[in-house]
Amino acid sequence: MKYVDSEQVHKKMGSRLLANNLAKTLFFMATLFGLVVLIVLIYRVLADGLGWINLDFLMNRLSTDPERAGIWGAITGTLWLMLVVAPVTMILGVGTAIYLEEYAAKGRISSFIKTNISNLAGVPSVVFGILGLTVFARALDLGSVVLAGGLTMALLVLPVVVVASQEAIRAVPQFLREASYGMGATKWQTIKNVVLPAALPGILTGVILALSRAIGETAPLVVIGIPALLIPVPDGIFDKFTILPVQIYYWTVDSALVAEYANLAAATIVILLIVLFAMNSIAILIRNKFQKRY
Amino acid sequence: MPVVTEKTNPNVKKESKAPNSAENKKVVYNTKDLNLWYGEGHALKNINLAINENEVTAIIGPSGCGKSTYIKTLNRMVELVPSVKISGEILYRERNILDKSFKVEDLRTNVGMVFQKPNPFPKSIYENVAYGPKIHGIRDKKILDEIVEKSLRGAAIWDEVKDRLNQNAYGLSGGQQQRLCIARCLAIEPDVILMDEPTSALDPISTLKVEELVQELKEEFSIIIVTHNMQQAARISDKTAFFLNGEIIEFADTDKIFSTPSDKRTEDYITGRFG
Repeated sequence: MKYVDSEQVHKKMGSRLLANNLAKTLFFMATLFGLVVLIVLIYRVLADGLGWINLDFLMNRLSTDPERAGIWGAITGTLWLMLVVAPVTMILGVGTAIYLEEYAAKGRISSFIKTNISNLAGVPSVVFGILGLTVFARALDLGSVVLAGGLTMALLVLPVVVVASQEAIRAVPQFLREASYGMGATKWQTIKNVVLPAALPGILTGVILALSRAIGETAPLVVIGIPALLIPVPDGIFDKFTILPVQIYYWTVDSALVAEYANLAAATIVILLIVLFAMNSIAILIRNKFQKRY
Repeated sequence: MPVVTEKTNPNVKKESKAPNSAENKKVVYNTKDLNLWYGEGHALKNINLAINENEVTAIIGPSGCGKSTYIKTLNRMVELVPSVKISGEILYRERNILDKSFKVEDLRTNVGMVFQKPNPFPKSIYENVAYGPKIHGIRDKKILDEIVEKSLRGAAIWDEVKDRLNQNAYGLSGGQQQRLCIARCLAIEPDVILMDEPTSALDPISTLKVEELVQELKEEFSIIIVTHNMQQAARISDKTAFFLNGEIIEFADTDKIFSTPSDKRTEDYITGRFG
């Protein structure tokens, strides 16, 4: 007697093939859904905003008059913010990653720290905003200036940089470290001359992705208390400031009062998307260009 | 290994050599009652071994016998393994390297190492060789140039790379990479060179070149080489130690090990009955 009854197999073939095709369709629809939403979103933003983008819009200060309002202040504020976030996350994030991967003894404490850093990445950004408000804006009495916002943002994206740098450092083959130690190099010489150069592309990719997350974040800075209408352009890290996503937020909120604000918000979204797209492209470029083969 | 079969008979090759005047030679490494554990695993058991200078000492044995562990203990590279425990003494030039006051950086400046798999840095050929001198503080470009040339000549690879010193070392073939690693090791002007199966990843012709190189290098350096390949040990070494299960079974002149081993297990191993 045969265990596989060909008659039975034949009878069930139809439903099996149906389930097969159903599964394929389901997964395709899932993909399509996200894609369609994205396309609609981009289409609406472009339709609303594209007509409003011109040199004046980019170079003008903020104004209550939609015809004269520009985002130069928000662009400058974003740049200043990045000038604080980038070095702080680089130094703290890469430093932490080096310590955890190269120095810390592998054990309970180090794996506890590592788990918590990953958890930190999941903490809502508003919570970081509250922290920034309490510590930087109030306790250190900085006020809602670039430095306070930048430090808050740096803490927010720090886990991303730490995790990316850890992975990049871990990916450096052990035999390169051995070669260096084998010639009498100290640990620091080995890290500085061998590990970091090899891990740099991965680290930079992580940093850029972290920065592009920081550029798009709104909540923590709103909590810190960025003014809704700030006309002066910031000149340094101790000035009050606004940034692109916060500007989008306030214009969207106020579009109930002045309908054109919705168009200004859409135009700003286009600019922000372009910036994000450029940054992500640079990250991919770095990753591809410097990918090491061992 | 199909390398130069006429050389594989050790008796023929070694006949020309006078019986070793080992008694007059200085001991460079003296291992006394060395025991080593990886966690609970007892990897080296009561190792006692005296290694002479300006000789090639081969360490042979089947996989997992502790030969690689032993050679990595000689420059304390084994300490990179987190759970390792060591007892006993290893005297290098009469100083115990296992003593906490002995700086590993100091030791590894005197004792170079060539690894199983060629492991050049992803830098230029020049930078690879200059790496050691640079970390020891040599900055003068002229001196570095001289060291690089001398080391590359010493490793018999100068003629192949002299026109492309600034190209990435990863463009070299496996055999060239290994000789580059030997050059990199020579650049720190070591006293001893440890080689951990340096030809196991190489083709027969590259293997032959490295073997010839070892013969030249022993004029100047003391060489300790771990090898899987018994013919290689017979061809290039003066003394051979046979390891089995973490113990030294036999240590004697290479001629003797390969012609009249005193232990049955050595004989079984070299005649290919196991391992």
